[in-house]
Amino acid sequence: MGAVVLRGGAPYGLDPHDIVIDDGVITAMTPSNQSGSNALPAEGVELELDASGCTVIPGLVDLHTHLREPGREDAETIATGSQAAAMGGFTCVHAMANTSPVADTAGVVEQVWRRGVEAGIVDVRPVGAVTVGLKGEQLAELGAMASSAASVRVFSDDGLCVHDPLLMRRALEYVKTFDGVVAQHAQDPRLTEAAQMNEGALSARLGLAGWPAVAEEAIIARDVLLAEHVGSRLHVCHVSTAGSVEVIRWAKTRGIPVTAEVTPHHLLLTEELVESFDPIYKVNPPLRRAEDVHALREAVVEGTIDIIATDHAPHPREDKDCEWAAAAMGMVGLETALGIAVEVFIESGLLTWRDLADRMSTIPARIGQVADQGMPIAPGSAANITVWDPSPQGPLEVDALVGKSGNSPYLGRQMPGTVRHVLFRGRPSVVDGALA
Amino acid sequence: MVFLSSARVVLDQADISRAVRRISHEIVENSRGSDDLIILGIPTRGVPLARRIAETVAQIEGHPVPCGALDVTLYRDDLRLREVRALEPTDIPAQGIDGCTVVLVDDVLYSGRTIRAALDAVHDLGRPAIVRLAVMIDRGHRELPIRPDFIGKNLPTAKDETVRVRFVEIDGVDDVMIDSESVGDADAG
Amino acid sequence: MQMLGKHLLSAGDLDRAQALMILDTTAELASVTERSVKKLPTLRGRTVVNLFFEDSTRTRLSFELAAKRLSADVITFSAKGSSVSKGESLKDTALTLEAMGADAVIVRHGASGAPYRLATAGWIDGSVINAGDGTHEHPTQALLDAYTLRSHICGGQGDLQGVHVVIVGDVLHSRVARSNVLLLHTLGAEVTLVAPPTLIPVGVESWPCSVSYHLDDALMQADAVMMLRVQAERMAGSYFPSTLEYSRLYGLDAPRLELLKDRAIVMHPGPMNRGLEISADVADSSRAVIVEQVANGVNVRMACLYLLLGGAGSQAGGD
Repeated sequence: MGAVVLRGGAPYGLDPHDIVIDDGVITAMTPSNQSGSNALPAEGVELELDASGCTVIPGLVDLHTHLREPGREDAETIATGSQAAAMGGFTCVHAMANTSPVADTAGVVEQVWRRGVEAGIVDVRPVGAVTVGLKGEQLAELGAMASSAASVRVFSDDGLCVHDPLLMRRALEYVKTFDGVVAQHAQDPRLTEAAQMNEGALSARLGLAGWPAVAEEAIIARDVLLAEHVGSRLHVCHVSTAGSVEVIRWAKTRGIPVTAEVTPHHLLLTEELVESFDPIYKVNPPLRRAEDVHALREAVVEGTIDIIATDHAPHPREDKDCEWAAAAMGMVGLETALGIAVEVFIESGLLTWRDLADRMSTIPARIGQVADQGMPIAPGSAANITVWDPSPQGPLEVDALVGKSGNSPYLGRQMPGTVRHVLFRGRPSVVDGALA
Repeated sequence: MVFLSSARVVLDQADISRAVRRISHEIVENSRGSDDLIILGIPTRGVPLARRIAETVAQIEGHPVPCGALDVTLYRDDLRLREVRALEPTDIPAQGIDGCTVVLVDDVLYSGRTIRAALDAVHDLGRPAIVRLAVMIDRGHRELPIRPDFIGKNLPTAKDETVRVRFVEIDGVDDVMIDSESVGDADAG
Repeated sequence: MQMLGKHLLSAGDLDRAQALMILDTTAELASVTERSVKKLPTLRGRTVVNLFFEDSTRTRLSFELAAKRLSADVITFSAKGSSVSKGESLKDTALTLEAMGADAVIVRHGASGAPYRLATAGWIDGSVINAGDGTHEHPTQALLDAYTLRSHICGGQGDLQGVHVVIVGDVLHSRVARSNVLLLHTLGAEVTLVAPPTLIPVGVESWPCSVSYHLDDALMQADAVMMLRVQAERMAGSYFPSTLEYSRLYGLDAPRLELLKDRAIVMHPGPMNRGLEISADVADSSRAVIVEQVANGVNVRMACLYLLLGGAGSQAGGD
């Protein structure tokens, strides 16, 4: 297609610029108030997008997405998940391996990757399983997945913990061959058998089996020491406790190459919501205490936690329309992640837009080693761009979610703005808040 | 409970004691002695009235007369029309009511529905030989074929009037008032 | 009069006045149980559903009898097997019951909070009574225990101010303990929980009670001791080393009975594991009021049904 001009948006919330995109690349940027600019290409402007009053940031990169395909296409497909991602401002997602069949072979990851290319509105980067069938018994063919067409670099048994310390050590060592990273779902299985919610005064009162913070923290502590010992990169999925933050902070101080993510819901919601026994709030790891939320926010600000990742976990209605213990764990998050991040970090002044773009785009792209993603809003960068419109929104309605599942804990919540436009590799995927 | 100025006293303390004495004498005459007599008051204000009648009958006859309380809430036909009510104590004399002459006592007789409920309650308690009804006020407007045997005073009323009986034991004063304004808590009787 | 809410889900929902109203209503209804005609016409035309996803013959029969004594139509729905594995069956069952016009649903479920889902998910309109949910609560059990305590220790009147109750056993998994701690506290009693630390939940500090690991010390203070059922399968979860050791340290036997005050009573929600948490001679001793608890259970449940269903409900204006 011809050139696209994005008019009047403010990169990183600073001064408004007109941005020219041609052939998938940002070719020029000029301050919007300069008239007679010669930045516009002489001919062939195919599309002009109004971004006045909006903030322009690099397209978001999610390191932790469940697209459910293959196997649970009733909950989400790669196509619908891609749409939800685009609507949420993402231009790249990492599709977790706990599908059916499990993404533990080159064949499955290539299929996922190909379906992502077909959908064509975000980069779908498959995450490979660490162990065969997520069983935690035997390493999956990590090398084959790495050298497949999908070029897998992130490996995770997410949903389950690689709890065998020897197997975890081997995985950490093995991925060094292709500079991969193991993303650990830190949850000691024995300490969390039948666990339903954060363990503490509330779980005691509600009679729900407790999920102790130590079950997460102990695994993280073990894994950072293993990573140090073998000299490998470690990524920690969905950190949820103040204690985990302390362990990671300690590891980073020691120079251990560990990165960590936190979900929007763990940055906002607390365990008190479980009092309703409404399984919409059932999630793994569980919602924690206000102290934990506070520590997690602080960790994001100081960089102890590197990135925000959605853990978008779609579930069909029947998996939530039931009693707590029977319900599936997880929340959808692609479409609300940026809004929640804005509420938590931008509106409070804890982070600048540039900081937030680092944590939701640049750094996750680096951890996942995704080319052309997370690049700055500057001439020469690949044109993966998200335009955030800060005008106040009505209460979030389930019909507004384009993903297949509606299990969002934010239904009815006032969102602080919306994604107005998204450009994926120079082509509009979202225009005026709707799929292009 | 707020009594408006239109309330007027129709029976005072002296009237009430005269009525109690007369009712008691009638009960004695009617039941030809009081050997098997049991006086059951219907809460709330039927209970102190029953007690007074029982004491008076006892004085006349020279021996104690069993007296108790019979809460009819669980037998009412209007439970679904109002908020749930607290139960009042039921206290049936130990010997039971089989073969006895039971005199039910209430303060005001109105629609007759309370007495209907009381008859059902009595029926579940046993099989008395005779059941009689004594009331301080009969204000008319019966909705069921029920008639009192002993009456303190017949008091013709309009339906929008409220009759209020007060007894020292509960209200600190003995009197009967009639009020043409609704005072909210209509007598259920 | 202090109304109950629409549902009875947690003992913690009851304030002192409401709890006392239930106990006082129970006392009035108890006299009905003593006479030859035990039936009342109060709930004629009302439909009460016993929805039991977990086997509990005693509780089910108790509610059934309570509802029948008040002349309600009673349907019993016993779901076979675990509903947890079936997922949506709770909702489907609820919709079925709603179609049948249930005025109240008495639900027993293996999952904590299942009655809350029934009450709040919009599946049904009727009142929901929690007859035991997972390891969460069992409010009518606590009410019948409070009634039993009051009649033995407080002359059958007022609250339980100053009464010292010791609850012994698997507190972690006990809905009876949770409901009792809340209700007995509301009524002014002092509660001490006694169990090995493994069977006391993390977070117990926030409960309005004290905790001890030593039974003998606690027994000396007690006006009543309530023994909780200990399931032998807890041994597999390493909660205690052996049933023998458990019974030695936390079982109530004849020598321990001697430690109790003269008029102290022994309670058990049933069913008992004789020889594990309570010895046979204690269970059959004159201090044990276990059979009486069962009888009181029917009356308490009648009181709850009357107070929840015996009026116009929330749609009519009160006075």
